[in-house]
Amino acid sequence: MSKKVIMTEEDIKRTLARIAHEIIEHNELLKELILVGVHTRGVPLAKRLAADIESFARVKIPVDTLDISLYRDDLSSLELKPIVKLTDITATIDGKSIVLVDDVLYTGRSIRAAMDALIDLGRPRSIQLAVLVDRGHRELPIRADYVGKNIPSSRHEEIKVNLKETDGIDEVAIVSMSAAKEGR
Amino acid sequence: MKSLLIKGGQIIDPAQGIDVSGSLLISEGKISWRGKGEEAPPQADYETLNAKGLIVCPGLIDLHCHLRQPGDEEKETIASGTSAAARGGFTTVCCMPNTNPPLDNQTAVEFIKSKAASEGVVRVLPIGCISKGRKGGTLAEMGELASAGVIAFSDDGEPASSSYLMRQALDYSRAFELPIIDHCEEKALTEGGQMNEGIISTKLGLRGIPSAAEEIIVARDLALAELTGGRLHIAHVSTEGSVDLIRRAKEKGIRVTAEATPHHLTLTEERVIGYDTNAKVNPPLRTKKDVKALIQGLKDNTIDIIATDHAPHTEADKLCEFDLAPFGISGFETALGSLMSLVHGGEISLATLIAKLTSEPARIIGNSYGGLGTLATGAPADITIFDPSLEWVVEPKDFASKGRNTPLAGERLKGRVMATIYEGKIVYKDDSIKVKES
Amino acid sequence: MRTNQKDNPTLQVKPEVPEKTPLWRHHHILDVDDFTAEEIETVFNTTRAMKEVLSRPIKRVPTLRGKTIVNLFYEPSTRTRLSFELAAKYLSADVVNLNASVSSVAKGESLVDTLGTLQALGTDIIVMRHPHSGAPYTATRYTEASIVNAGDGWHAHPTQALLDLYTIYEHKPSLKGLKAVIIGDIMHSRVARSNMWGLTTMGIEVTLCCPPTLLPIGLGEGHLPPVNIEPNIELALDKADIVMTLRLQRERQKSGLLPSIREYIQLYQLTEARLGRAKPDALVLHPGPVNEGVEISPAVAHGPQSVINEQVSNGVAVRMALLYLLSGSQKQ
Repeated sequence: MSKKVIMTEEDIKRTLARIAHEIIEHNELLKELILVGVHTRGVPLAKRLAADIESFARVKIPVDTLDISLYRDDLSSLELKPIVKLTDITATIDGKSIVLVDDVLYTGRSIRAAMDALIDLGRPRSIQLAVLVDRGHRELPIRADYVGKNIPSSRHEEIKVNLKETDGIDEVAIVSMSAAKEGR
Repeated sequence: MKSLLIKGGQIIDPAQGIDVSGSLLISEGKISWRGKGEEAPPQADYETLNAKGLIVCPGLIDLHCHLRQPGDEEKETIASGTSAAARGGFTTVCCMPNTNPPLDNQTAVEFIKSKAASEGVVRVLPIGCISKGRKGGTLAEMGELASAGVIAFSDDGEPASSSYLMRQALDYSRAFELPIIDHCEEKALTEGGQMNEGIISTKLGLRGIPSAAEEIIVARDLALAELTGGRLHIAHVSTEGSVDLIRRAKEKGIRVTAEATPHHLTLTEERVIGYDTNAKVNPPLRTKKDVKALIQGLKDNTIDIIATDHAPHTEADKLCEFDLAPFGISGFETALGSLMSLVHGGEISLATLIAKLTSEPARIIGNSYGGLGTLATGAPADITIFDPSLEWVVEPKDFASKGRNTPLAGERLKGRVMATIYEGKIVYKDDSIKVKES
Repeated sequence: MRTNQKDNPTLQVKPEVPEKTPLWRHHHILDVDDFTAEEIETVFNTTRAMKEVLSRPIKRVPTLRGKTIVNLFYEPSTRTRLSFELAAKYLSADVVNLNASVSSVAKGESLVDTLGTLQALGTDIIVMRHPHSGAPYTATRYTEASIVNAGDGWHAHPTQALLDLYTIYEHKPSLKGLKAVIIGDIMHSRVARSNMWGLTTMGIEVTLCCPPTLLPIGLGEGHLPPVNIEPNIELALDKADIVMTLRLQRERQKSGLLPSIREYIQLYQLTEARLGRAKPDALVLHPGPVNEGVEISPAVAHGPQSVINEQVSNGVAVRMALLYLLSGSQKQ
């Protein structure tokens, strides 16, 4: 197993700031915006983006959390079920612009599940996607509106995103494994 | 029929008090000669069965079994039952009268005898009912049944229905010197019961059968045996309390004998965990304490004999919810193997075990059928040959019995019957046993 | 920002425990006697997520889409069956209700026959309620589907015990060391048995209170589960945190186990006065249906300490959690 660091703490900070600016630039009605972090690491990323947007544009954006376990399409093949965490969504998302936030975009299935979940909860005006890393290998026609970094990777590699809030350190690294891991 | 020499086995015959390496010659259905070691017999013309390394003992006698015929032939017949008995080393089996119709008259007994003669593989001795129709009302015609050849009376399946009936039975049977065998169960306490009453029945949510239910009727029967002087035999003793009662009664000189089954001597109520209907039996499997008391009873002769209570059922009968399954274990073919664990574990000696299955049951049956349960010269050549150390796995689908209902399925036992000889004929032989021409 | 009434743990800025696979080894749910404390906590956490789904205007998630769940009830039951049916439907499973009665058994269709039919029809999960103890265990031998025990004879009612535990947990999240009293016909109660296992596994001290004729043999004598016995209701209730009352069936008096219902009420009914001996914040539970005026006074049943209605609503969430945790563990 070998590890190569692609993004340091400084890189992550700058990238998130850039994404925050892009979100501000592309969304005229910031007041109608909600950031929704996909569990697990999408949540701290969404909070950091909200903090950046507030400091750049002086608008406080609500941050909600979404757990997609109940919407996965691969539950039958999983021997142990993922822990279902809390989904906490604003009273109404009808008519709002949602920006889904996740750490890694890979096959696109997690985002498909997240969109199904959102649509079960209401009728948003639009859904955009912000990811810290896009590693390619899409299996569904999903694309991110805001990408922190494109990291081409092979299926035998794993992109490990570590964040201070969950893992104690800010770092993005490629780890090559001997066996292929399941897509996210 | 040619003579047969059983050569070089370890002859254990508790009736004669012998345990020696030797050979036996069988001629015309009887034991004609015994020699030391591999000594050759005086006559010349015989076949030889090499019994080296094996135990040679009198054919095992089972005082309590259910052959189901007439009436429940899908569970067992005299043919299939006696085949199974032979595989288990039994040369004499006594069948209980809870058939349909029950054995409460001469015609029914004649039916058993003729079926046994034409289709039976080993000796079948019938037991007659205590009451007419086994209904627990008036006495059956014991005189007629005795003449027809029953060796005892019992309403087994049920206890003798009242103290009054039991007293009459013990009294009346004295004229024929035949024992009354009672299945001791106080029905008022056991209705709906499924297994031994205790912490396991509580955890499993099954209605329990308390030990007291057996002990109450054991006490009743002992008091009546004392009152009447009749011969009492207690079937399938299962509790420590029963053993204590019988021990004290014997000390007082009451004419009582008692039996225990292989499953009550080796298994406990824990077998029911998981709701295995093959462990459902009446009386139920009890606790370690009870097993220990029964083994002690074997050693001090409180328990005179071991009897299988072979109770076959069809697979479909037992393939259901625990509450709905019938009681009973198919026991002929696993009896010796499972009992040998007591010998291997040092609990009882091999000679004691063999006595409990040969000379002691023969004593209860008496002499009307010739010298059963012994290898004395002149006795019927009923012989069991077994390997005390051979390990084997219980595979119910290989049973000769139609009843595959055993809690020992898949279990590894140490001790196996290799050949069974009934009246001089080999009625069961393992493939590894070869009989050589002279 | 919207706020919850309860503290939303996802808003706390402390290092979250990294996502790890939960401890769950069950292919069937037959009883709580082999659940570890960690597994019970897994059920709690999953139940909380399911309660959130139940709070939405559209109570539905696609989690069990394509799965077939059969409710095989050999005993009549409205609330439990309804609870399971709703739980399955909210998870988008296909639900079939089979009200096999004991008479269909008499007609010759045995349990094993029925299971064979269900197996051939491709059932994933069978929710089974049966009057004979052990029937679900027998069932596991004759089908590849997962079996959920919705109550077997006197033996077990695991989903009831889990929803009882969850209801207690919502009010008193620190379960260890609490004192629980179960009052009623313990002998014939599968709810009592399963609760004994569940409560003691979570470190709760359990006392059984009932007439001696309704106490099964062997409890309180050093075997598992470890429970205390106290036939006097006032003494049993002293400083209790949790009071569970069980339904008394009229036939217990008919079968001679009790001299009269009247005497049972005098000695064992949970009244306000008796409840006063427990702690002021003690919870009152009942598996339902409630015999008001027999095992529990109407005032207590409807009083401020009663969580009987919460038990019912938690029941759906707990059953959703269990179906979720169980699904997908069938052989492919």
